[in-house]
Amino acid sequence: MLIAATIAILVVMIMATVRAIIGPTLYDRVLAVNMFGTKTVLLISLLGFVMGRPEFLDIAIVYALINFISVIGILRYSENFIVKPTEQQKK
Amino acid sequence: MQHTIILSLSLAAFWLANSGHNTALMLSLGAISITIVVYIAHRMDVVDHEAQPLHLTLKIPGYYAWLIKEIIVANLLVVKHIWLGNKSISPGFTTVTASQKTDIGKVIYANSITLTPGTVTVNLQGDQFMVHALLRESIKNLESGEMDRRVTQLEN
Amino acid sequence: MDTLIQVSSALFLLVGSFLCISGGVGILRFPDLFTRMHAVGVTETLATTMILIGLIIHNPDFMVDIKLIIILLMSFFISPTASHALASAAMRNDRLWESNEKPDSKQVKSSNP
Repeated sequence: MLIAATIAILVVMIMATVRAIIGPTLYDRVLAVNMFGTKTVLLISLLGFVMGRPEFLDIAIVYALINFISVIGILRYSENFIVKPTEQQKK
Repeated sequence: MQHTIILSLSLAAFWLANSGHNTALMLSLGAISITIVVYIAHRMDVVDHEAQPLHLTLKIPGYYAWLIKEIIVANLLVVKHIWLGNKSISPGFTTVTASQKTDIGKVIYANSITLTPGTVTVNLQGDQFMVHALLRESIKNLESGEMDRRVTQLEN
Repeated sequence: MDTLIQVSSALFLLVGSFLCISGGVGILRFPDLFTRMHAVGVTETLATTMILIGLIIHNPDFMVDIKLIIILLMSFFISPTASHALASAAMRNDRLWESNEKPDSKQVKSSNP
C-alpha cells in the first residue's frame, strides 16, 4: 500500500508539472510549483518508510520550510512588474 | 516574562522531539541554541501576546475540533464538484463582515476561511474580508455566520 | 491486532491517494486561477492529513510519530498563508493591470515570453 500511495503522489506531481508548463499566467505556475513542493514533502516521508529509513523525515521538515520561503520569495519578487491577468478576472 | 518562559519551554520540547540524543554534550548545545533563539526573538520584539496567544489555550481545542469537522465536509463537497466537472461549479467573489475586535481574532477567522477548501480570503480591509468561493453553497454557509460567531466567542 | 493496524493504515493511505489524485485532476480541469486554488486546497488539507495519519498508524516508533505530527502541523499552518499570499498578489496584479492598461506603458510584461 505504501508503494501504491507513492505512485499516486508521483502521478499528482506529473499533473502539477503539466499545469506549471501550460499555465497561462505567472500565478498559475507559482500555484503549481507550490503544490509540487507540498507533494514532495509527502513523497519524501513515504519513501522513507518504503526504504525502511525514517530518518528521511528530517529532510521532509526542512523541505517544507524551504518550499514555503521560496514561494513567498517569488511572490515578493513578482511585485516589481505587472504580468497579464487571466481572462476570467478581466470580465 | 511569562511569554519568555513559555517560548523557551516550547523550543526545548521541539528540540528534544527533533533530536532524540540524550548525551550531556548534545543537551548543552541544545540549551545554548535555545538561549540564542530567545535572545534573537527579544531583539525582534516578537515575544508578546500575539506570538504566544496564551489566553486562547483553554478554548482553542474545542474550536479546532469543530474546524476539522468543517474541513472534512468542505473537502468532500469540493471533491464531488471536481469529478462533476466545470458545469457544476459557480465561482464568485463576496464580501464578509467580521465581528472580531482584536487583530488576532481577525487573523484566526481569515485563516479558517482559507483553510476550508472552497473558500479563499483574498483581501482584508478593516473588518471587510473579500472572499472567493467555488460554490454558491459555500457563500451561503459562510454568510450564515457560524464560523464568525465561534471565533468571536474564542476571543472573549 | 496486527492485521487490524495494517488494514486501517492501508485504508487511510488509499483515501489520501484518492483525494490527492482528485486535487490533481482539479488543477488540470478548472477554468481559472482562483478555482484551481480550491483544488490545491484539497490536496493540502485532508489528503495530507490522511496520508500522514496512515503513516502514523503504520509505524509504532514514538520519536518518528512526533516528527510526522510536526510535518502535519506545519502543513496546516503553512498552506493557508501561502494561499492567501498568492491570492492577494494575483488580485493586486489584476488591479494594477486595469489601472495601467494603455498601449504606451513600457513596463508591462507578458508572462508568456
